[in-house]
Amino acid sequence: MLLQQLINGLTLGSVYALIALGYTMVYGIIELINFAHGEIYMLGAYMGIVTFGLLSTLHLISPDSVVALLLMMVVAMLFCGACGVTMERVAYRPLRGASRLSPLISALGVSIFLQNFVMLAQGPRDKGFPNLFAGGGIDLPGARISAIQIFIMATSVMMMIGLQLLVHRTKIGKAMRATAQDMQMACMVGINVDRVISVTFLVGSILAGVAGILVGMYYGLINFFIGYIAGIKAFTAAVLGGIGKIQGAMLGGLLLGLIESLGAGYISSEYKDVFAFAILIVVLIFRPSGLLGEDISKRV
Amino acid sequence: MSAPVPLLETRKLSKNFGGLRAIDNIDLSVETDETVGLIGPNGAGKTTVFNCVTGMSPPTSGDILYRGESLAGLRPDQVTARGISRTFQNIRLFREMTVIENVMVGSHCRARAGILGAVFRPKAVVKEEEELAAKALGLLRFVGLEGKADLWARQLPYGDQRRLEIARAMASDPSLLLLDEPACGMNPQETIALMELIRLIRDRGIAVLLIEHQMKMIMGISDRLVVLDHGTKIAEGTAEAVRADPAVIGAYLGKESIGA
Repeated sequence: MLLQQLINGLTLGSVYALIALGYTMVYGIIELINFAHGEIYMLGAYMGIVTFGLLSTLHLISPDSVVALLLMMVVAMLFCGACGVTMERVAYRPLRGASRLSPLISALGVSIFLQNFVMLAQGPRDKGFPNLFAGGGIDLPGARISAIQIFIMATSVMMMIGLQLLVHRTKIGKAMRATAQDMQMACMVGINVDRVISVTFLVGSILAGVAGILVGMYYGLINFFIGYIAGIKAFTAAVLGGIGKIQGAMLGGLLLGLIESLGAGYISSEYKDVFAFAILIVVLIFRPSGLLGEDISKRV
Repeated sequence: MSAPVPLLETRKLSKNFGGLRAIDNIDLSVETDETVGLIGPNGAGKTTVFNCVTGMSPPTSGDILYRGESLAGLRPDQVTARGISRTFQNIRLFREMTVIENVMVGSHCRARAGILGAVFRPKAVVKEEEELAAKALGLLRFVGLEGKADLWARQLPYGDQRRLEIARAMASDPSLLLLDEPACGMNPQETIALMELIRLIRDRGIAVLLIEHQMKMIMGISDRLVVLDHGTKIAEGTAEAVRADPAVIGAYLGKESIGA
């Protein structure tokens, strides 16, 4: 039982971590909590369904092939990346320099817009998500890792390693870190800050899009509202780890997934969401800088 | 003697902050290879000139010409790309990055690789990054920070942080370097070493516009001095001429001391 809950928790947690990264990266650079980020994740899941549907109706390739899965991921990544960049351009960039509340309200507006758009375009009902991993898995004593769980964890780990390499080994990564530390100075040393912000939204949205596909396959059902709850949970994960810290989002996501799944397993699954939000409240009261965050007073 | 078009020229440069006129109709020029000292009492508007030139705060009126072309409306990163870079009076390093990363980020506008290059890393991008790292190491050696490349910037002692800021500013291959009180907080030995460094920078063919309060230093290395007071230019010329100028003495010591 414990092992199984740990496995479930890590699966869920790695998805939370993927979404939380987008929150934390954007916050790290422009100090905006992008409440529409969960919607990008929801769009990723829908793009998966749309791609799958197109592939099967057009009989282009067998829809249960690995190629179909890869195509779904790639389409979702491209689409979500483009959405994230557009969102920043349209809804946040014009408000840069305005009070901090304005882009926050704009983010809520984008979130409501996207939810309702998808509801109208795709219908309000749950949609079944194709499970390309029927059966398969590894049996352990007292627990079972399904193939989809392995795929989710492996994909998440790969994406996170890729992100670490991007941020620490590349020129654009250096520019992102420099911008996060001192935007004005980054501009002074010749960095096009607008471009760095676009890339940040691009990368965060790509991660969220992948998360959308992963969760869609895991639960098998999606609807237009899944971005809301996932977004708040990922936000909790980002705050738990220390918002603005990339490693914090990863740690926070995994911890949140574990706490939720242990709570659901040992106390009651009905209280699953309560645990997550209780954590958010506790962290905000007792350690608002999060597990890996430095003392906030130092940043000011 | 001087070239027909100066490297940097400000024409009637003015900047208001609300009702306060921080600088008023400043005409200033820097020739290629020249080291110009910008001096004046606190609040004279020296840093404001720097902020206007680098695009950090656009002037209220007047024009800034670089190699004869106006810099009006350019963002700071575009000004840097044209060939002007600066350091700050209060050191502004990227503290959570290593020493060499600070320098490499300074050459950002000179590197071509984009986001696709960063993801797919073709040979050209890898080679470019190696070149930038080699160039950064060269600059660290130039400013005297060899062997400290992999420390965190925040770990460096104060004088080294100043040197690192200069190395970072030089990483964008500027033709004009603006140094805002580089000797601030330095002891006499460090100041002498810094003067030597600024001479070496000039020997590389980089023009320097320098704000400094340590008179011995700025008079020692500047080809020419420009004196500001209350936002206006009150004198200009060689160190000897400026030192003897009654308006300058008045600005520094108070008007009544002129007759004394």
